[in-house]
Parts: sequence; C-alpha cells; structure tokens
Amino acid sequence: MNLTLRESLLAFRRWPALSFLSVTTIGFALFVASLYGLVALNLHRTLDAIGERVEVVVYVLRGTPVEVVTVAIGEIESFPEVTEVTYVTAEQAMERAQAEMEEFQGIFSEFETNPLPASLEVRLNSEFQSPDHVRSVANRLRGYPFAEDVQYGSEWVAKLDQLRAISGVVGLLIGGAFALASVIIIGTTIRMAVMQRSKEIGIMRLVGATDSFIRRPFLVEGAIKGALGGMLAMGLCFAAFVAVNQLLSAEFFNVPQMIAVVVFGMALGLAASVVSVGKHLKNV
Amino acid sequence: MTVIRFDKVSQVFPSGALALRDVSIDIAKGEFVFLTGHSGAGKSTLLRLVYAEYLPTEGDMWVSGHKTKGLAQRDIARLRRRLGIVFQDFRLLGDRTAEENVAFALEVTGAKRSIIGPKVMRVLSQVGLASKGHQYPHELSGGEQQRVAIARALVNDPFVLIADEPTGNLDERATRGVFRLLRDINANGTAVVMATHDLDLVRQTDYRTIELKEGAVVYDSAVDRKPAAGMET
Repeated sequence: MNLTLRESLLAFRRWPALSFLSVTTIGFALFVASLYGLVALNLHRTLDAIGERVEVVVYVLRGTPVEVVTVAIGEIESFPEVTEVTYVTAEQAMERAQAEMEEFQGIFSEFETNPLPASLEVRLNSEFQSPDHVRSVANRLRGYPFAEDVQYGSEWVAKLDQLRAISGVVGLLIGGAFALASVIIIGTTIRMAVMQRSKEIGIMRLVGATDSFIRRPFLVEGAIKGALGGMLAMGLCFAAFVAVNQLLSAEFFNVPQMIAVVVFGMALGLAASVVSVGKHLKNV
Repeated sequence: MTVIRFDKVSQVFPSGALALRDVSIDIAKGEFVFLTGHSGAGKSTLLRLVYAEYLPTEGDMWVSGHKTKGLAQRDIARLRRRLGIVFQDFRLLGDRTAEENVAFALEVTGAKRSIIGPKVMRVLSQVGLASKGHQYPHELSGGEQQRVAIARALVNDPFVLIADEPTGNLDERATRGVFRLLRDINANGTAVVMATHDLDLVRQTDYRTIELKEGAVVYDSAVDRKPAAGMET
C-alpha cells in the first residue's frame, strides 16, 4: 500500500477516539446542512409543481365564432412561454360548475340560458412563470378582440417567486455557516493530530523527511475524515427522511447529489487540513 | 578531508543567552571525536548546529561541504538523510516495531520497498538485533533500544554519526556494548561525534577529545597537549 495512505490510516487505528470524534462532528455539521438541503429540495419541487399550475385564463366574449377562437388558439400555442391551451366551452364550464358545486344544483337548473362564458386556459412553461412573464403573456392575450377578461393570480405568482428566492438565499446562508463550522472542526482535529504527533514529526524531521512528506498524510487524513463525515451525514439524513416520510411524502437526494455531499465533505476536510497543517507544522 | 567545519561560530538564542562562543573546529572524515563538558556547556547546541536544527547566528559552518546557513528546508532534509543521529532518550516510535522504526528512516527518503527490507535486516544484524526486529521498543532493554536507534541512524549509510549522550540512560554493561558498536561503526569509516560526560569512556581510548565550557572550546586534544582541568579528575 502507498506509504502516505498507510500513514493516514494508521492515524485512525492509533487514535480511534479522536478520529471517531472528528468524523462524527463533521458528520453532524454536514447532516444539519444537508437536512436543510433536503428541505429546500422538497420545497423547490413542491413550488415547481405548484408553478406548473400557473395559468392565465381568457374569458371569451359571447357570440365569438368558434373559427376565430380556433385560429387564436393556434397563435397562442406558438408563444414561446406557452405549453398548452385548453378551450373550455360554455357548456363544459357549466358541467364543471355543476360538478364542483353540488350544493348549488338547484340554482344552476333554474338558469334558462347558460350564464358562464367560454374560456381559454393558457398554461405556461416552467421557465416563464415569473410575474413579469405572466403579465406580458396576459397583456398579449388582452389584445384579442374576443377577450372579455383576462385573469391570472398576479399576487400569488409574485409570492411564489419570492418564496423561491428566500429559500435559495436562506439555503446558501445556512449551508455556508455549516460548511465554515465543518472547516473549523476539521482544522481543529487536524491541529490536535499535529500536536499529538509532534514527537513523531520531530523524529521524521531528524531522519530527513521534507515538510511536504510530513504534510501529506495529514492532508489525506483530513480528506478521508471529510468524506466519512459526508457519508455519515447522508446516513443520518436518510434515517431522518425515513422517519419523517411516514407523515409527509417527500423525496430523497438522488445519487449524484449524495455523491456531491460526500465530495464536498472531502473537499472541506482537505481544505481545513491544508490551512491547519501549514500553520501548525511550523510550531512543532 | 574535512566533513564538519565550524569557523568562529557563536550561537545566541532569542532570549539573549549565549550558547556557543567563537567555536572553530574541523572534523575529518572517519574521525572519532568526543565532546565533553558539563551540562549546559554547549555540547547539544554544537551537535544541533551540525544537523542544522539551529543555524549559526555568527560565523559560518559547513557540513559535508555545504554551508548550513544558506540551505533551504528541503536541502536540510536531504543533508540529514546523510547524517546518523542518536540521542540519550533513543527517540523511537513506540507504536512501531524495531524493524519498522529502522525502515521509517528509509521510507522518508522515498526508497523502494524492495530495497528497504534487506537493508533493514543488514543494519539490525550489524547492531546484533536480527532476531528482535518484530519487537516493540517497550519490549526491549535500554541498550537494545539504543541499538535500534543506531541501526536507524546507520541505514542511510551516513558519513557521520552524531551521538548526543548515547549512553546517558544505560547501565554499565549496556554502555560498554553500545560504545563498542560505535567504535566498530567508526572502524568501518564513518566519522563519529559523541557528546558524553562519561569520562571513563573517554579515557579508555585515545580518540580526539574536545571540551566545552560555557559555550567555548577550552580543550581540543588535536591542538592542545595538556588535558583540560576536567580531564584530570
């Protein structure tokens, strides 16, 4: 086995308690960060799913010939923002109303003529659901002479957008804070390891080891600890997910995301070791 | 040929304490030199200057032709691989066997594994510990531990062996054994610089003796005929 790797693994065997402590602390720091990530991930998925329902409704002026509406549907479908246009006739609107509001059955049957207008339900592509895009589509639709009214949940769309932005910023802040905490923790454990091995480092120097040779096992050790911490965090996250998922139907990270967390932990471990070893090797 | 040269070297610590004062010494290839003097006389400081743990604050010194003052950290590491260093407290790694301790000195040089095994066996045999390679330091006697340390110092074929009170922690019998080993190593052509305050050892041989007092050389048998005051007692 490679000498550097052997020396790094030896550290785990010789100081199991310290190694266990650092891996679990890193694991818990990454766990909290990933747990937030998981919440943010599910929040985004939910928001996206809600977003797919963002639609603009055009109420069609009574007496508009079907041909005119059909031509307009073709045009509207060619808007880049639009994914689907559904034509709801006055009769369909009535059927829907009757089905959805059973308690008003009596009232509906008393109408001599159908009071409900026909409408076009315009569904937007998920990339174009910002308030600006929705407004722009609505304005274009208002230009059709048969458009009696155009409605969309403008306030609701704006709030959805805001919620998305807030969750993104909060996620970055919390993730950043815990990443920093992990760096400090790993840095401290590496520092402890350097101090604990000061005698050994002294002997290494006496027999002619260069500083880069002395440094290498510490860096590998930090990277291994970070990666193990990442794996532990994923394990804890999964346990938490299983527990919570009995109540809510949520989704877990996919494989690339899990690998990303482990690689991120490894990078944190390496970065912390580089800083810590560089600073403390001089004092040994 | 000179392997170690001190030219008017003084060593002042940041605290202002003067550890060595105007020391000029030449040590030749294959020479055996005793360094004597009371505790605090500057013996260890002088040896530390040889293996570039300290760099002289005044004067110049050369080890194997290299001026230590100008050496980069990497060059100091390379220089130390060509020196063997032995201490009173052995400085072995307690969680490694005798064999692993010796192999360690080769591993840091990036030596191939295929040559490490045979070389380690050769030096362990040379110090008389071929059968104890798998034992840990705490399973060995003081004399045996010092032999492991000497084996480690020898494994890189040093041109000089630096020994700082190597028998200071040993009983009389172990002392004789270790001293005999150092003499054998010297007989094979390696220079030995040994700091000691065991004057019995010094008197047993006619090796060159340098005595330090308060950081200055007060006696050098290669220069002075008359033994220093301390030598007469």
